[in-house]
Amino acid sequence: MIVGVRSRGQRIRSSVFGWMNVLPYVFFALFPFYYMIITSLKKDTELYNLKAAPFLIQTGVITDHYWYLFFKTEFLTWMKNSLIISVTATAISLVISILAGYSLARLRFPGVSSFGTAVFITYLVPPTLLFLPLSQVVVWLGISDTIWALIVTYPTFLVPFSTWLLMGYFRTIPKEVEECALVDGASRMQTLTRIVLPMAIPGIVCVILFGFTLTWNEFTYALTFVSQSANKTAVVGVTADLIRGDIYYWGSLMAGAVVASLPIVVIYVWFLDYYVSGLTAGAVKG
Amino acid sequence: MAVGTRVLETVGRARPGRLARAREWWEQEHVFGYSLIVPALALIAGLVAYPFAMAIYFSLSDYWVGSPGSFVGLQNFRDILGNEIFRQTVSNSFVFTIIAVILKAVLGIWLAMLLFRPLRFKRLIRGAVLLPWVIPTALSVLAWRWMFDSLYSVVNWTGIRLGLMNPPGPNWLGMADYAMSAVIAVNVWRGLPFFAIIVLAGLVSIPREYYEAAEVDGASSWGRFRHVTLPLLKPVLAVVILFSTIFTFSDFNIVQVLTAGGPVNTTHLFATFAYQMGLTGGNLGQGAAVSLFLFPLLAAIVFIQLRYIRKE
Repeated sequence: MIVGVRSRGQRIRSSVFGWMNVLPYVFFALFPFYYMIITSLKKDTELYNLKAAPFLIQTGVITDHYWYLFFKTEFLTWMKNSLIISVTATAISLVISILAGYSLARLRFPGVSSFGTAVFITYLVPPTLLFLPLSQVVVWLGISDTIWALIVTYPTFLVPFSTWLLMGYFRTIPKEVEECALVDGASRMQTLTRIVLPMAIPGIVCVILFGFTLTWNEFTYALTFVSQSANKTAVVGVTADLIRGDIYYWGSLMAGAVVASLPIVVIYVWFLDYYVSGLTAGAVKG
Repeated sequence: MAVGTRVLETVGRARPGRLARAREWWEQEHVFGYSLIVPALALIAGLVAYPFAMAIYFSLSDYWVGSPGSFVGLQNFRDILGNEIFRQTVSNSFVFTIIAVILKAVLGIWLAMLLFRPLRFKRLIRGAVLLPWVIPTALSVLAWRWMFDSLYSVVNWTGIRLGLMNPPGPNWLGMADYAMSAVIAVNVWRGLPFFAIIVLAGLVSIPREYYEAAEVDGASSWGRFRHVTLPLLKPVLAVVILFSTIFTFSDFNIVQVLTAGGPVNTTHLFATFAYQMGLTGGNLGQGAAVSLFLFPLLAAIVFIQLRYIRKE
């Protein structure tokens, strides 16, 4: 909002003002993660000492909580489950939504706009409205308490979102390009796979990133449909199964939270701009 | 689809006339269009529309886990409306949603305006601010639970050292009002980035000339905000607030991990209460009835979205 010419002093003052206001937000946003990491590296004696300063590690960094997590719990199995579920559910959803998104954005046939509306309404349905009946559907399908329960149900929120996002990308591709391909004798399917898809790659990357993130982070269905520890996802395993009896072992809990968040953090840092653009384009649920 | 084409080709080699006709049929815009949306529609019909119909059926029957019940009409709804905990849940949900959405909107606009200013390390700061929204909510809320621990709370430790609290400080998750503030604080922490980033995109799209014109007319910075920024942000704000209202109202993760609805049901929302009733308690009929109370609000918001916002 800088208009016109301003003096050097004004500029410095404005910059200091900006930093003074932004820094508390940054601190507020990041502190829980800092505290997660600090806790996971601290000795129990220091962790449960009321006199110790909780912000620091004063009696030495230890990795015991991580060793415990990797070798004494089913954590690695949970990570593997999460990976299989996220990759499979995202891949299935991507294919379904490319087809639907192209059809709804680019082809003209009776009823196309009501189908578009149906997808949009589904997109707004929160998972918490449907988890009770879905838990019974999963039982009837015979996949209750397996990772398939999640692979099958995750597309219910991924497909509407991805279709919506891809429709936006498909609309930006000039229609003439497709028409040229059709005139040159390409079939409709070839036009989609060879002409349209390569031009929509940013949208596809976005769908993959958000698909992976939303399924990896999902909690409601993962908690509800799977109760056997060996089939849990990383997020639910850490949240529910690292608590023995009623006792919280914060060191290993926070170690679990750090490692289970890591894949998302790595992808996020790598593709930050895609997250920002996807968030703005799709107004993703959250 | 590729498989389908190949099958047609082999059949077609024997009878070329049929292949040509099949291909011609498939190439028609409406046939191709309908066949591409079949998988998506099948998914929506089977795993969204059908479960929704089932939720309505459950809510009208005395269905328990493992025993299909009989039709009982509106009995479940009568039972729920007479249930003390349910009435508490309704008031919790409104308090939680209204306060959290207002805080997110006000702080979100403020944060977006700060991020809009020319600032060094812009990308880095934007990345940091968006982080709470990206990390698995259940896990970050676990960290908050530890930060609000009854004995070792880092919040209280800091508060006491700064002289803001009397030792031992509030028991955040153990007392009704504190627990509600804790749940709201975590929701704001998690939802703020979403608001800020979308409002920021709205700010970027406002033409500079409007501000210049306002400045020439002698508008103060508050005047520029009030008469230029806010009116032009209105469509963006409407979308974000509607989205945020739906997902705050139907929140499950934060409350489930932070308080599980406690202490004494003072932080239960519709979703956590439905979970407790339908799955922990096994009463699917009443659980479904509880979660269906989310529906009127959802329907109203979908209506507003379709009626006013998508038109623009």
